[in-house]
Amino acid sequence: MSTLTASEATASAAPAKIIQPAWVRTMHWINAVAMILMIMSGWQIYNASPLFDFSFSRDITLGGWLGGALLWHFAAMWLLMINGLAYLVTGFATGRFARKLLPITPAGVISDIKAALTFKLSHDDLTVYNYVQRTLYAGIIVVGVLVVLSGLSIWKPVQLHWLVTLFGDYPTARYVHFFCMAAICAFLVIHVALALLVPKSLRAMIIGR
Amino acid sequence: MAKRPFLIPGVDKRLLVKDSLKVMPDLTRRRFITAGASFGALTMLTGCDVIDSSSAEEMLKTVSKFNDAVQAFIFNPDALAPTFAESAITKPFPFNAYYSLDEAPEVDGKAWKLEVRGLVDNKKSWTLDELYQLPQVTQITRHICVEGWSAIGSWTGTPLRDFLKLVGADMRAKYVWFQCADKDGYNSPLDMRTALHPQTQMTFKFAGETLPRAYGFPMKIRVPTKLGFKNPKYVLSMEVTNDYKGGYWEDQGYNSFSGS
Repeated sequence: MSTLTASEATASAAPAKIIQPAWVRTMHWINAVAMILMIMSGWQIYNASPLFDFSFSRDITLGGWLGGALLWHFAAMWLLMINGLAYLVTGFATGRFARKLLPITPAGVISDIKAALTFKLSHDDLTVYNYVQRTLYAGIIVVGVLVVLSGLSIWKPVQLHWLVTLFGDYPTARYVHFFCMAAICAFLVIHVALALLVPKSLRAMIIGR
Repeated sequence: MAKRPFLIPGVDKRLLVKDSLKVMPDLTRRRFITAGASFGALTMLTGCDVIDSSSAEEMLKTVSKFNDAVQAFIFNPDALAPTFAESAITKPFPFNAYYSLDEAPEVDGKAWKLEVRGLVDNKKSWTLDELYQLPQVTQITRHICVEGWSAIGSWTGTPLRDFLKLVGADMRAKYVWFQCADKDGYNSPLDMRTALHPQTQMTFKFAGETLPRAYGFPMKIRVPTKLGFKNPKYVLSMEVTNDYKGGYWEDQGYNSFSGS
């Protein structure tokens, strides 16, 4: 060790720099699985009584019929809720949310959106989120909280009546639940597309570096 | 009691009508678990079943039983379902069943008697006229279907807990099990704490009129703290029991507690 020069030490330390800590990676992928299970079973449940003039193709739903879909939905919800709660607690407690997601300024968001659309947004340092990322990641956390709260409302509209009141009434909570799902799907499309455009970000979410 | 297959086609009526014959042969036990493109793709990619269908089914059943316990735990016997003004009543109130209205039971109210069995002091059967003598109350509450839709209705009848007291039921028993006249024999267990909930009602009237055939004449059990499929219609008998006797929908995989 003592024979290493300063520059060698820096060079060998650099690749070891952890971009995504293990807890983030673990919770990210648990959440990914839980979300996909929830969305696909949710589409099957939606089909039993569609809110709009369309149904989801059976090829992309989970559960086979309403009863099966409900079993999946109410099983995967534990995975989603427990993992999500652990993520929120850890995110706040470690200061990661404040460090990574703040501040979000309108000027920063606008300039980074412009840069992103002209493919000039830098991804040299993956440890610092740009304003587009901050907005999307903070936004999806809020949507994630809302989708769970609206889901609990329509699951237990009597026992959790106070929660239903937050959304207005039971039918409104159903719409909120649907639109949160739609927002998550939209996020998923953008998120996956961008991760594929910057593959090292995907690598960081898998092996940490 | 014969165990019904876990997967019953023809439950999503709307879906069934749409997909009709094209879909029905697809609805197999296997599909119940693996439905969905990504699971299918995953299976093909790895060359083995990612999720063994029977073990997944067992896992889901186990979680559903766990969810029964969770719901029983958070059930507050004093929490009332929200009530509404008459102006909020849904018109027309939907008819909903696993059969068409033509196939709904036609019960002769004059010949009908409510049979009372199990852990009760007085096992006498009750005629409709006798039941009509009991004090009645009206509630305007939201009926929430397992499918997701809801409708507000006005139901009038005798609180079930008053009747259970009257017949000397063992209130410490676990369930009140209802058997009904629906075709294919609908039945459903109601946990005792829900049976004793102040809003759980033996219903004889809908919107101030004698309960019509569409909504369960001569008697339905209105349970505003449960999903609609656990609101028995065309009731023939009730049994106070400690045994879990299953139910028409519960046996097919709907969560048994299904509280709201």
